[in-house]
Amino acid sequence: MIAESGHYALVLALGLALIQSVVPLIGVRLRDAALMNVARSTALAQLLFVVASFIALVMLHVNSDFSVANVYENSHSMKPLLYKITGVWGNHEGSMLLWVSILALFGGLVAAFGNNLPLSLCAHVLAVQAWIASAFYLFILVTSNPFLRIANPPIEGRDLNPVLQDIGLAVHPPMLYLGYVGFSISFSFAIAALMEGRIDAAWARWVRPWTLMAWIFLTLGIAMGSYWAYYELGWGGWWFWDPVENASLMPWLSGTALLHSALVMEKRNALKVWTILLSILTFSLSLLGTFLVRSGVITSVHAFATDPTRGVFILLILCLFIGGSLSLFAGRATSLKQGGLFAPISREGALVLNNLLLTVACAVVLFGTLYPLAMEMLADFKMSVGAPFYNLTFAPLFALLLLAVPFGPMLAWKRGDLLGVTQRLLAAGVAGLVAVAITWGWATGGSTLAPLAIGLGVFVIAGAVTDIVERTGLVRLPFATVLHRARGLPRSAWGTAFAHAGLGVALIGIVCETTWNSEHIATMKQNDVAQIAGFDVKLDGLLQRQGPNYREMIAQFNVSRDGQPVSVMTPSKRSFSTRGSSTTEAALLTRGASQLYISLGDANAEGAIAVRIYYKPMVLLIWWGPVLMAFGGVLSLSDRRLRVGAPKPARAKQRLQPAE
Amino acid sequence: MRRMMAAFALLMLLALPAAHAVQPDEIMSDPAKEARARELSRELRCMVCQNQSIDDSDAPLARDLRLLVRERIGAGDSNAQVLDFLVARYGEFVLLKPRFERQTLLLWLLGPLLLIGGAAALWLQIRRRAHDGVDVPAPPLTPDEQARLAALMSDESKAS
Repeated sequence: MIAESGHYALVLALGLALIQSVVPLIGVRLRDAALMNVARSTALAQLLFVVASFIALVMLHVNSDFSVANVYENSHSMKPLLYKITGVWGNHEGSMLLWVSILALFGGLVAAFGNNLPLSLCAHVLAVQAWIASAFYLFILVTSNPFLRIANPPIEGRDLNPVLQDIGLAVHPPMLYLGYVGFSISFSFAIAALMEGRIDAAWARWVRPWTLMAWIFLTLGIAMGSYWAYYELGWGGWWFWDPVENASLMPWLSGTALLHSALVMEKRNALKVWTILLSILTFSLSLLGTFLVRSGVITSVHAFATDPTRGVFILLILCLFIGGSLSLFAGRATSLKQGGLFAPISREGALVLNNLLLTVACAVVLFGTLYPLAMEMLADFKMSVGAPFYNLTFAPLFALLLLAVPFGPMLAWKRGDLLGVTQRLLAAGVAGLVAVAITWGWATGGSTLAPLAIGLGVFVIAGAVTDIVERTGLVRLPFATVLHRARGLPRSAWGTAFAHAGLGVALIGIVCETTWNSEHIATMKQNDVAQIAGFDVKLDGLLQRQGPNYREMIAQFNVSRDGQPVSVMTPSKRSFSTRGSSTTEAALLTRGASQLYISLGDANAEGAIAVRIYYKPMVLLIWWGPVLMAFGGVLSLSDRRLRVGAPKPARAKQRLQPAE
Repeated sequence: MRRMMAAFALLMLLALPAAHAVQPDEIMSDPAKEARARELSRELRCMVCQNQSIDDSDAPLARDLRLLVRERIGAGDSNAQVLDFLVARYGEFVLLKPRFERQTLLLWLLGPLLLIGGAAALWLQIRRRAHDGVDVPAPPLTPDEQARLAALMSDESKAS
C-alpha cells in the first residue's frame, strides 16, 4: 500500500507541475491575477505530494519491504537504521526522487517567500520551475520508478554497497543536490527575465540570496564529499579530477562567477546580459552533471549504448532546456539595455576579471571531461584526461585568480586606483614574501613552487584581513571607534573577507599535503615499529570482531613520540558477506591541522599485514577553507540588504533600529 | 569522492575492492628509482578502472603495470622511454596527461586561447564603452511598482 501511495503521490505531483507550467503563463497573458496566483498554490501542493512520495520510499526502506525492487536491491534487514534511511538516496531511483524533492522544496520556498515579487515575475519563475519539475517527474515515472514491485518477494535484500554505508552518505548527496538544484532558481529567474524582457538591479537583488544559498550548499557538499573520499578510500586521496567530481566542480565554478557578476548587476546595473547567461550556464552545468552521472556515459560510450533509455531521456531533457534557454537568450539578450559604465581598473573590472578566470577554468574542466568522449565517438581515438592534465592547466588559472582576489574588494566602484590599492596591500604582500622565505628555508625537498604557493595563500589571507582592518580603521583609530565601526560594517563585508580567506587557507592545506606528505608502506608483524614524521607506530596485534552486517579485522597500533605514548589507533578492514566486498576503515589521529593516517591491506598467513601509514601535514586546512567560505556565505546571506527575499523578518528588524 | 559518486552512478556495475595501490613487495630498493616509479605511476592510467592512476588502483592490472614500470626503470630506461614503451603497448589511453599532438591540440590550447581572447575582447569592450558610451538611465517604474514604493515609503516613515 505504501509503495502504491508513494507512486500515486508522484503522479499527482506531475499533474500539478503540468498545471503550474501552463496556467500561470496564461494568467500573465490575460493579466489575470487569480490565474497567476495558481502558481504559488500548485508549487506548495506539489511540494506536499513529492515529500509524501519521498517519505513513502523512506518508510519502505525502514520497514525493509523487499517486495519493492528498489529496497530489495539496496537494503538488508540487518543494516543499521541510519543506513536504511540514507540508502534511500544511495541508488539511482532514490537519488532522483531526492533531486525532485529538493526541486519542489525550492519551488515551494519561492512560493512561500515570494510575496514581495512582482506577480508576473513570480508566475514566470514558478512556471519555469514547473517545466523542469515536469521533465524530471516524467523521467522518474517512465524510466526509474523507485516503487516498482517484485512479483515474488525475496526474504532478504542485497544490501547497500558497503562503501556507501557511512555517515558521509547522509550528508554529501543532500548537500550537493541542494546546491545543484538550488541553481535552478537563478535559472528560472533568468528565463523569467528574458520572457518579460525586463531586468534591473532589483532582479539581481532577488536572485542573489538564492544563488548564495545554493552556492553555500554546493561548497559544503563538495568539501564533505572530498573528506569522505579521504577517509573512506584508504589511500588518503581527496580529489581525483574524476568526471563525476568535475560534474560538481563545474557548477561551483560558474556559480561562483554568477555570485560575483550578480553583485555588479545589483550595485551598478552593469553586466546584465552576462549575469543572465551565467545563470543559464550554471544550471545547465548542473543538468549536464546529472546527465554524466546518471547515464553512465562516463564509464564508456559503450556502456551508455547498451542501455540507453535513461541516458537518452536525460539527454533529451538536457537538449531541451539548454538549447531552449540559450536560443531564448540569443533572441532576447540584445533587447536588454546595458547600464553602469566603468573603467577597466575598478571594482567592476576586478569582478569581470574574476568572471573571466572562473569561466575559463570551468571551460578547461568541461573540455577535459568531455574531450575523451568526443574523441572516442568522432575520431575513434581512445585517450585519457586525468589529474596531471588538470594540475597543469587548471592550477595556473587559479593561481592568477588568487593573486587578484585581495585587490578586488579594495578597488573603488567605477574607477579604481590600482597603485593606491597596491600600497594598501603592501603589508599583506610582505607577509606573503616572509612566508615564502620561511618555507624556503625550512622545507626540505619538494617542488620549488611549493613555497611560492604558500606565500600566495598567506597573501590572500592577509589581504582579506587588510580589507577588514582598513574598513574598521584598526591601528589608526581609537579602539572604541574601531569596535563601533566593526559592528556597523555590513555583514556582507565580513562574509567577503571570510570567504576569500578560506581560499587562502584551502590553498595552504593543498600545498602542504601534496608536497610534504610522508608515507610508509610495509608489511608489519606484531610488535613491529614503523617510524614516520617523528612518530613511532607499533603494531600491538590483530583482532576480529562481528559488526551488525559485517565482520571486521582490527589492527591495534600504539603511537608514541620520543618515548611518550600519544594515542592508540585502530584501523580496520570490514568484509560484507551479502555483497562479498570489503571496505578499509582508516584510523586518523589529528594533531592540530595535521593528521596521522593508517589503513590496512591484506593479511598473510603468518599473521603479518600490509600497512600504509601517512603523515599529512596541515591536511585539515583543505576542508577548513571551504567551511570558512561557506561561513562567509552564511554571513552575507544574513546581511539585512540581502534579506529582501524574506521581507517580514527584515522589516521587523528594521523597526528595532534607531532612526538614522 | 570519486569512488563514492561513481558507486552512485554505477551501483553494482563495479565490484569495489579496498583501494590499496602500491604493495610493500613492489617497492624498489633504490629510493631514487622508487621515487621515479611513483612519479610515473601517477601519470599512468589503470585501464580497467575508472579514471584511476596505477598508483592509486588496487586492480591486478595496475599491479602488473607498476611492476612493469619498475622493471623498465631497473633496466635503465629514462622516464620518457618508459612512457614510450607503455604507449607502444597500450596506446595513448594509458596516459593520464595526453601528449601534445594533432588530436589533443584543441584540448591543450583551449585554456590559454580562451583566456587571451576573452581578456582582449573584454578590454576592448570596456574601453569602447567607457570612451563613447552613455549611461543608460534606469527604466521608469510601472504604475504597479510606484504604488508598492509608495506603500513601502509610508511603512518606513511610520516605523521611524
